[in-house]
Amino acid sequence: MSDTLLTIRDLKIEGRQGDRWQPIIKGVNLELKRGEVLGLIGESGAGKSTLGLAAMGYTRDGTRISGGSVLFDGLDLLSLSERRRRRLRGKRIAYVAQSAAANFNPAHRLIDQTVEAPAAIHRMMGRSAAEQEAIELYAALRLPNPDEIGFRYPHQVSGGQLQRAMTAMAMACKPDLIIFDEPTTALDVTTQIEVLSAIRTAVQEIGTAAIYITHDLAVVAQMADRIKILLRGDEVEEQETRAMLAAPKEEYSRSLWAVRSFTSEERPAPEAATPVLRVRDVTAEYVPGTPVLQDVSFDIHAGRTVAVVGESGSGKSTTARVITGLLPQVRGTVELDGQALPPRLPDRSKDQLRQVQMIYQSADTALNPKQTIREIIGRPARFYLGLTGRALEAKVRELLEAIELDPDTFIDRLPGALSGGQKQRIGIARALAAEPKFIICDEVTSALDQLVAEGILRLLKRLQDERDLAYMFITHDLATVKAIADHVVVMQQGRVVEQAPKSEMFTPPHHPYTELLLSSVPEMDPDWLDRTIRARRKG
Amino acid sequence: MTLHPLAFMILKRLALGLVTLLAISLFIFLAIELLPGDIAEEVLGQSATPETVAAFRRELGLDQPAITRYLAWLTDVLHGDFGTSLASGREISELLAGRFANTLFLALYAAAISVPLAIGLGLLAALYRGSWFDRTVNIATLSSISFPEYFVAYILLLFFSVKWGLFPSIADFGSDASLGTMLYRTFLPALTLVLVVTAHMMRMTRAAIINLLAQPYIEMARLKGASPARVILRHALPNALAPIINVVALNLAYLVTGVVIVEVVFVYPGLGQLMVDSVAKRDIPVVQACCLIFAGIYILLNLSADVLAIATNPRLMHRK
Amino acid sequence: MTAISLRSVPLTAIFGIVVIAAFALTGIFANLLAPYGETQIVGMEFEPWGGDFVLGTDSLGRDMLSRLIYGARNSIGIALATTIIAFVVGAALGLLAAVLGGWIDQALSRFVDLMIAIPGLVFALLLLSIFGTSIPMLILIISVLELTRVFRLARAVAMDIVVMDYVEAARLRGEGLWWLVRREILPNIMAPLVAEFGLRFCFVFLAISALSFLGLGIQPPTADWGSMVRDNAMMITFGDITPLLPAACIALLTVSINFVVDWMLHRASGLKD
Repeated sequence: MSDTLLTIRDLKIEGRQGDRWQPIIKGVNLELKRGEVLGLIGESGAGKSTLGLAAMGYTRDGTRISGGSVLFDGLDLLSLSERRRRRLRGKRIAYVAQSAAANFNPAHRLIDQTVEAPAAIHRMMGRSAAEQEAIELYAALRLPNPDEIGFRYPHQVSGGQLQRAMTAMAMACKPDLIIFDEPTTALDVTTQIEVLSAIRTAVQEIGTAAIYITHDLAVVAQMADRIKILLRGDEVEEQETRAMLAAPKEEYSRSLWAVRSFTSEERPAPEAATPVLRVRDVTAEYVPGTPVLQDVSFDIHAGRTVAVVGESGSGKSTTARVITGLLPQVRGTVELDGQALPPRLPDRSKDQLRQVQMIYQSADTALNPKQTIREIIGRPARFYLGLTGRALEAKVRELLEAIELDPDTFIDRLPGALSGGQKQRIGIARALAAEPKFIICDEVTSALDQLVAEGILRLLKRLQDERDLAYMFITHDLATVKAIADHVVVMQQGRVVEQAPKSEMFTPPHHPYTELLLSSVPEMDPDWLDRTIRARRKG
Repeated sequence: MTLHPLAFMILKRLALGLVTLLAISLFIFLAIELLPGDIAEEVLGQSATPETVAAFRRELGLDQPAITRYLAWLTDVLHGDFGTSLASGREISELLAGRFANTLFLALYAAAISVPLAIGLGLLAALYRGSWFDRTVNIATLSSISFPEYFVAYILLLFFSVKWGLFPSIADFGSDASLGTMLYRTFLPALTLVLVVTAHMMRMTRAAIINLLAQPYIEMARLKGASPARVILRHALPNALAPIINVVALNLAYLVTGVVIVEVVFVYPGLGQLMVDSVAKRDIPVVQACCLIFAGIYILLNLSADVLAIATNPRLMHRK
Repeated sequence: MTAISLRSVPLTAIFGIVVIAAFALTGIFANLLAPYGETQIVGMEFEPWGGDFVLGTDSLGRDMLSRLIYGARNSIGIALATTIIAFVVGAALGLLAAVLGGWIDQALSRFVDLMIAIPGLVFALLLLSIFGTSIPMLILIISVLELTRVFRLARAVAMDIVVMDYVEAARLRGEGLWWLVRREILPNIMAPLVAEFGLRFCFVFLAISALSFLGLGIQPPTADWGSMVRDNAMMITFGDITPLLPAACIALLTVSINFVVDWMLHRASGLKD
């Protein structure tokens, strides 16, 4: 039996766009030994998932393998019949997808789906034996109540638990290889660390090899023995994890590391100045009697950035809805320059509306696809400032230059012809066009690749310095907080649990929830996961 | 006392159906109030003396306020009394009884053929999406839903009856005909309905299945090594029930009203023909009665589809 | 808008476009094309094809071809007017419901739910029996029935757009209702609305022709395809296909529209992914 489990040689995959076939994977080589974990890293569009599925001899509709070979334990997957390939899938090569909620069949119980491969499809064991093993796997993955959780339906189980159940399902046949496709990307950080640790222990226990696909370098550092970096369907480099972290060879790899180096100096809030925005004891609710925000208070000063941090459901976006007037508060006040803002949007004056602007997370839905850049950026300037004709044209061009896009190239384009980062810049220009004092940035970098995200952060910082803007930065990403914030507000379940200047926030002692949040953020150090889990078990 | 949430949802839906039916009965009743003048003048015409009009009004109860008349009418209807026909003076319930059974027979006949046929073809077209089979079926069904029903009916009549003499052109049978005779004599109207309804139902089934096959859990089943048959039977079908039930109900409801035209072409003694005749004669009480029955069936079908869809949805069956 | 290369248009769609254009031109230039007048009695009843009368004569001795040509104008014209009314009113209400939400949306949606719970043809028959059959009444009744369907579609597609961040951005800017509908939402739902217009036209066209066939729609002596089938139907029992010609015209036009709409929808969904 050879030591090598999987060999991919010069693999080329194409995807259909209209009538044409475009390359997605442009000749990638990959080798994996038994029991080894390979981390596959790359930005969106790198072809990571396509490559992962190809390792199972599987292509999605609209893609095809146009060259190369995939050898699994001596079997050429690409020349095998579909029937023979099916006999391998689930049994010897298994797959764990990003969204467990979408990948579990809503019509069957978890245990039925877990035992399906060993008991019904590949007939390796009887149903009751398979159920017994499934329960052991649930226990190994540290699911609560392993004896009975399998008898629930997918919608009755939380996201983090579902992700672990899917790992159990993949492990049911004790496969030689598991493909993990971004298994923790959709989870909150405090859930992610639990799932990561459960997956890693279970993988080590059954001794399976794995390909771990992710865009998060710190995550892959915990999971992989070796790391391979992909860029637009080409491989950049591959090294042992520690060697790669210590000394990436290629320019592109180094740039991935460099992202996290951007930080701004913290500036203390000015003494005795009226804050641009003051939120005082705000309580808000969607359903009367069940508040989603309770007694939220914080100040934002001119030229300063306040980061509002929390996991999903913490109320950070709801706070933005109250400030913009979309969700009028039931108690408390929101003051702009010392003047109380009317709670309801229709009651606010045009000037009050102008002063508060917003930049959205998803640039795709933030820009009207049927309006040109000229219209998108020009409208606020025309609407608030009454600019027309040449003055308007000059204003739009000036704004495009401010966001580092060439006016002649971009002014007449539609958003569809722009990249993600460029779209986000247009979103910023639209906010600036109103000449506001205060901008809410709602997860503005979380949909972007790291390099692009950093460019956006630098731009926002520069604009803030030039225009004395006050920012409220809503984010779940503590790296972003470290990079840009002056002051941090931590929210949990609709309440502010702690707030302090950045330097204080990142040095102990912390509020217990802040502590949990901070310690859950993966670090580049490959020993981080072990260390953190050990510390938690002790404490 | 606590009610199972599923039972509660179904009860709620039933109550909503009942309210809809009531609202529609009110609407059907009040529609006459929109008449310029009233039904007495309308029926008796311009030449009638004021005295005869007034007498006729009293006879119809038109001197009562509308709400009183509505409640009285509704009570009568619930007891199976639809009043008397203006044109023939006969009891409406008497007119309706046999015809209603005939219409139901024809609709069921067509449904028994078209439902399995449409679902089968729809499944095949979805599975072999983009194949020549799918494309041929697409063009054929697209044409079929574009044809006026009477066009389909007359083409069938022209060939099967006039040219080849295989089936009768008039779908009438005596009161004591055997089932075989009934099926034979009503074959052409049933076939017309089958052609029209199957096309609609098939297209909807195909769309529902294609939508389902795009779900990530279907890909997951394939990645677990499941065979195509297993993917369909075990993973797609349990989730396809709700959309397919919906499609079937929608088309059965359509069938019941589509019957109107087919009945006229083949001179079939059903509810549809009665209604068309009564509209031409402006025999409004009969039209109201027919309308109420059609609407009732229509609502009942949609209601049962909703209830079945709720009952087959695992998310609703097994609450958190 | 990207240019469409002719090669990528399927045959069925080309066929559809040609037929639609031909019918439209026939309708517009009916009085130039028709050899005889619309209601002119020119010969014996049921004369055969050929000779002076290319397609023979009808039950009253009117020229079949001329009546077919005028029928294009009348039948299509009436259906088009009905569809346009249903569309303008239905889409406007649907957009309003989607943008304004709240009780306006609730009231309109519940009312439409109720209307849709009554089968369309049956509803039309009830109203026609009460108001009598005249062309304006026909147009009004059918357009009211159809606008409920248009309302549902317009509301549904507009809802998808209303939740977009760029609409929220426009609201936060303080834009009025007109701007939101006209500039932010309408341009993004034009494609499904245009396709829906084609489908609705087919439904309206078939519904009116069905009513005319039942003798409850467009009334004689107006030349109309649905009632022409009815008037001459007895000829079919003698194996004569002449009465089916108007029905074939209806079928041809609706098939063509469906082909074109099918292609448009396919293109729209293809461009999305």
